[in-house]
Amino acid sequence: MSSWVDKLTSRKPKSAEAAKERLKLVLIHDRMDITQVELESMKNEIIEVISRYVVIDQDAVRISMNQDGRENRLVADIPIRSKSHSRTR
Amino acid sequence: MSASVSTITSGKGGVGKTTTTANLAVALAGMGKKVVCIDGDIGLRNLDVVLGLENRIVYDLVDVIEGRCRLRQAMIRDKRMPELYLIPAAQTRDKSAVSPSDMVRLCDELREEMDWILIDSPAGIERGFRNAIAAADSVLVVTNPEVSAVRDADRIIGLIEAEEKGPAKIILNRVNQNLVKRGDMLDVPDVLELLAVELIGIVPEDEAVTVSTNRGQPVVLDSHSKAGIAFSNIARRMNGEDVPFVNMDDKSGLFDRLSRMLRTGGD
Repeated sequence: MSSWVDKLTSRKPKSAEAAKERLKLVLIHDRMDITQVELESMKNEIIEVISRYVVIDQDAVRISMNQDGRENRLVADIPIRSKSHSRTR
Repeated sequence: MSASVSTITSGKGGVGKTTTTANLAVALAGMGKKVVCIDGDIGLRNLDVVLGLENRIVYDLVDVIEGRCRLRQAMIRDKRMPELYLIPAAQTRDKSAVSPSDMVRLCDELREEMDWILIDSPAGIERGFRNAIAAADSVLVVTNPEVSAVRDADRIIGLIEAEEKGPAKIILNRVNQNLVKRGDMLDVPDVLELLAVELIGIVPEDEAVTVSTNRGQPVVLDSHSKAGIAFSNIARRMNGEDVPFVNMDDKSGLFDRLSRMLRTGGD
């Protein structure tokens, strides 16, 4: 039901927007009780473990933290490279 | 009769817990309910001055718990209301004088004769907070639309869940509609999205709160004050009434009308 009127009237720039964005990140870390640095090294270890078993496209790996109600969700999108080429060779 | 025990807490100090507790207590009592409010902030007694009952204190919460007086003797009756009582906090003791099980026992005794027991929690996440929620059937979290208050509210909501007292409900206090319109204050939907809990009240920033607190007359007694109306709406929601949210209504009402008008070319 969004019209151009809604877009015009509900534009929210400035400091409230900044507050919301900053809070989003802060709350994710508070709830998980994990620092940004730890989160980064966890991601790297996940990639490392999976790489031991399958070939993955490291550049396309996406691991992010999503908020789902009061729960945080670690969402990993890890594309696995097909082995079919190597088999036929 | 079995009272409902509701604890008002926040994490961060200075967001309006005590003002909220006092006003909800007066509003519920004004609706004909039997209400007792308990100041859980031992060592930093304040609910008495906000209610204007500071000159009538003889015994306090710790006196009851340590058996120096009967429960009834520590209940100060607010004469403005038919059935409103205050159990003040001790001023010369600290939180360790009370345990969570003391609070449960005290509230069980009060439940028999009351409709509502409101507990004003101290700020923080330690002993005082745990005492305050021990007996709670429901927990109301007061917060302001500011980063520090919202962050602390989130922490406290998590702790309330961990203690199996959740889900908590939010009272968003001191909303300044001018700042919100300018884009310089978090709006109600922003805070609800961040905290992901149910809303039970929006209280606008209102100078009448300061004026009425100066006099020891809770702002709900002033039927013209916006904050007073907001507090009495919360009290009605606590009693199960379906009361529309004032601020959001004003705004969506205006916006809806405006956009409908422009979409249909006027009506």
